[in-house]
Amino acid sequence: MASRVAASGHTMKSEPRIGTKEADILMYRMTFSRFPASVGGRCTSPPPRRRSWGLGIWIIIGCLLIPALVRAEPESTAFVNALSRLKDAPTADLPEAIERLATVDDPRVLAALNALLENRLYVVKASGRIVSGTTTGDGFDLTDLESGQSGGSAGRFDIKKIAINNTLRNAVKRLIARRELGAEDAGQRLQAVQALTEQADDESTSLLRARYPLEKDAAVRTAIGTALALADIGSADKATRLQAIRALEGNLDQQVRNKLAELVETREDGSFVEPDADVRNLAAAVNSNLELKLQLNHLAETLFFGLSLGAVLLLAAIGLAITFGVMGVINMAHGELMMLGAYTTYVVQLLMPEHLDWSLFVAIPAAFVLSGLVGIGIERGIIRFLYGRPLETLLATFGVSLFLQQVVRSIFSPLNRSVATPSWMSGSVEINGALSLTLNRFYIIVFGLLVFWALLAILKKTRLGLEVRAVAQNRSMAKAMGIRTDRVDAMTFGLGSGVAGVAGVALSQLTNVGPNLGQAYIVDSFMVVVFGGVGNLWGTLVGGMTLGVANKILEPFAGAVLAKILILIFIIVFIQKRPRGLFPQKGRAAEG
Amino acid sequence: MGISELLARDAGGRVFLTLLVLVGVFLPSLHLLLPETSPLHISAYTLTLIGKYLCYALLALAVDLVWGFGGILSLGHGAFFALGGYAMGMHMMRQIGDRGVYGNPLLPDFMVFLNWTELPWYWLGFDRFWFAALMVLLVPGSLAFVFGWLAFRSRVTGVYLSIITQALTYALMLAFFRNEMGFGGNNGLTDFKDILGFSLQADGTRVFLFVTTALCLGLAYIACRFVVSSKLGRVVVAVRDAESRTRFIGYRVEWFKLWIFVFSAVLAGLAGALYVPQVGIINPGEFSPLNSLELVIWVAVGGRATLYGAVLGAILVNYSKTVFTAILPEVWLFALGALFVLVTLFLPNGLIGLLSQRRGERA
Repeated sequence: MASRVAASGHTMKSEPRIGTKEADILMYRMTFSRFPASVGGRCTSPPPRRRSWGLGIWIIIGCLLIPALVRAEPESTAFVNALSRLKDAPTADLPEAIERLATVDDPRVLAALNALLENRLYVVKASGRIVSGTTTGDGFDLTDLESGQSGGSAGRFDIKKIAINNTLRNAVKRLIARRELGAEDAGQRLQAVQALTEQADDESTSLLRARYPLEKDAAVRTAIGTALALADIGSADKATRLQAIRALEGNLDQQVRNKLAELVETREDGSFVEPDADVRNLAAAVNSNLELKLQLNHLAETLFFGLSLGAVLLLAAIGLAITFGVMGVINMAHGELMMLGAYTTYVVQLLMPEHLDWSLFVAIPAAFVLSGLVGIGIERGIIRFLYGRPLETLLATFGVSLFLQQVVRSIFSPLNRSVATPSWMSGSVEINGALSLTLNRFYIIVFGLLVFWALLAILKKTRLGLEVRAVAQNRSMAKAMGIRTDRVDAMTFGLGSGVAGVAGVALSQLTNVGPNLGQAYIVDSFMVVVFGGVGNLWGTLVGGMTLGVANKILEPFAGAVLAKILILIFIIVFIQKRPRGLFPQKGRAAEG
Repeated sequence: MGISELLARDAGGRVFLTLLVLVGVFLPSLHLLLPETSPLHISAYTLTLIGKYLCYALLALAVDLVWGFGGILSLGHGAFFALGGYAMGMHMMRQIGDRGVYGNPLLPDFMVFLNWTELPWYWLGFDRFWFAALMVLLVPGSLAFVFGWLAFRSRVTGVYLSIITQALTYALMLAFFRNEMGFGGNNGLTDFKDILGFSLQADGTRVFLFVTTALCLGLAYIACRFVVSSKLGRVVVAVRDAESRTRFIGYRVEWFKLWIFVFSAVLAGLAGALYVPQVGIINPGEFSPLNSLELVIWVAVGGRATLYGAVLGAILVNYSKTVFTAILPEVWLFALGALFVLVTLFLPNGLIGLLSQRRGERA
């Protein structure tokens, strides 16, 4: 990072020296060198030389000579030659050398251009080779651009950077986009279209217009259509403009929204920025439709965030729903069992740094077993002596929570630990221009529901579940029927604790992993269980999701902290009205 | 019922009050009269530290009243303590006047820092001591009244009550952390200069605060003893032991619970108000649920439903906290955690219970 900053600083410093001049050259080249739209074609007209006294002659000579030369060259040497021109070129000739490089049809060109764009293209002083480098501590790791293989390493003074300024950088971006527009991969083409849309000048528009009839991929085609319509709004012909606006109807792309907003803007003196009333009215109509659509999307996003927060609450509370809801044991160390799960993820990732993508699949069972065992230990060592004395249980388990926190603090230090997110969980899915859903939140929702479903299945379908429910309903009767209640208690508590550990793995992907992780969730998870109704898993699900969504709906109006306070106050008042939660137990179990 | 009559059957109380008088008289005189070189001299630091313990003892007394006698395990008493502290802190903030960093005669420094131009309405009146003193009792008392009225009327009991009291203090903590609340946000209230015109740094003021705290603790003890010996106190104990039965006999259970809860909250507020001038700061950390839980364990260590046990527990636990955090900071949470577990498992009646059990065996 440091080197990147230093590098751009360097470029900026060099800017005053050459900046304006280069910009001029570029303008000139954009105007006069008309490359055929079939990008990546091997034969191109020659880049004209900039000489004040013989421009025309040079163009003619170039036209005659260079195509022949380029044709004569085999591909590999074309690339090598074009590349080496970068290093020989004086600063003023750099744009031309780059453009020349961009026209060579060779897969290695892209790597070179990208390296240039990212300020990591270097010339090795001793050999004169051009390489891309990445900083490592005090030196650079080099990659040979010709062979694509590692080129060893070099010190800071052994190599010289090929620096470009911002104007040139934009030009390089455009060149890359132009190359990519003809790429095999639709994703690459889409990126190129987006880059060109951002440029939004005559040249990129004409490139896109040429590409439009050829494009087969639907997504890329839509993107090109949007870009062209955006460009057409700026055209001189009124009919074209109106048609372009109509074409943008219902399009939620950010650029489209900005453009339409521009059309209906007023100046400070009340006059309209857009002089043509028809265009303005149409834009206003399209815009108001967009607003509605936007609000719907916004609502969907809030709902999504709410559900993901709800899923987190559900995960945090569901283990508690077993220990507190079914067994009636107040376990204040529940949060710390989650913390153990989160730290398990951290340790698993330390043990298998090569396979981060798979680490979660190892961490989930490991956390379940670890937290489950600790839970069984707590139950056998402490809680079983305190059955029937809920307040004492609360205090004793609180002591355990302090103890566990300090254990973690002593082993892992009081600082937060960073847990990596697997690659398949990062990133987001873009539904449309206004709505994109982050993948990690999506997976949390899925995971929360999966855990819920698994627990429900265990309680309803297995023998353990049957015994758990029997003991919860009537302990002495269950005992009389030959159920070993001691064992069932330990297993139930272990199950609830294990689920807490699994929840911890999920939390490690969302929040900081530190000794206080558990404390932050303990009040929330009790609220969810109490709100949903004790002894009822479905209540926990509904309670968690309701609180999550309510929290996210309140947040824009009240701010994050106040939203949380309001929710807490709501629950306090709610418990006054319905002391047994949303879904109270009925019948004899309610009296237990 | 005179005091002598009240204490006739309260041997522990007599011991406690005697010790309190000795501490209240001797420690200040050792501090004031002996030269600093003398080995018996009590430094201002020690005096303030012991004054702090006495505030905690008063708080523990309040908790013992609701938990030991009323059976209401409140995990939110730290909130009442902190509210009392904030009320006193607001008064002392106003007393700073134009001696703050920004020299604004009306606004405390943090408000100037936030670009506020006028004092929020709830700060009005706090420049007068009598008003602040009234608020010290009234604010925690009315919060406890509203909260208790809602909770007891709808018969929220046991663990549920504990958890919503915890939620209460948690919500208050989050609220007080916000700068917009106008209570100094994260930093709380600090940099106090003087109280009633006397500098807080002066020896005389420290001694005065110490003696006042000891006096308040003694009076509060007698008041609590009076309450629990009265008919009201005995009904409260009956509610603790058999709530439904008491209700069927014809008592309005919720009113008795509410009364004891509010009284206890007022005591906690008083403790907070005495605490703040001695330590010189009050911040939202005092609202944290951990603090409220810790003071429950003081009572449990000393012994529930004895009153003097609570005082003993508060002083012992806090003394060991001071010692541990000074020499082995890592060990303190281990020790506290173990204390929670061991006391609930093996000392259900606390240290006092252990003592009286010994005496019973010998007799």
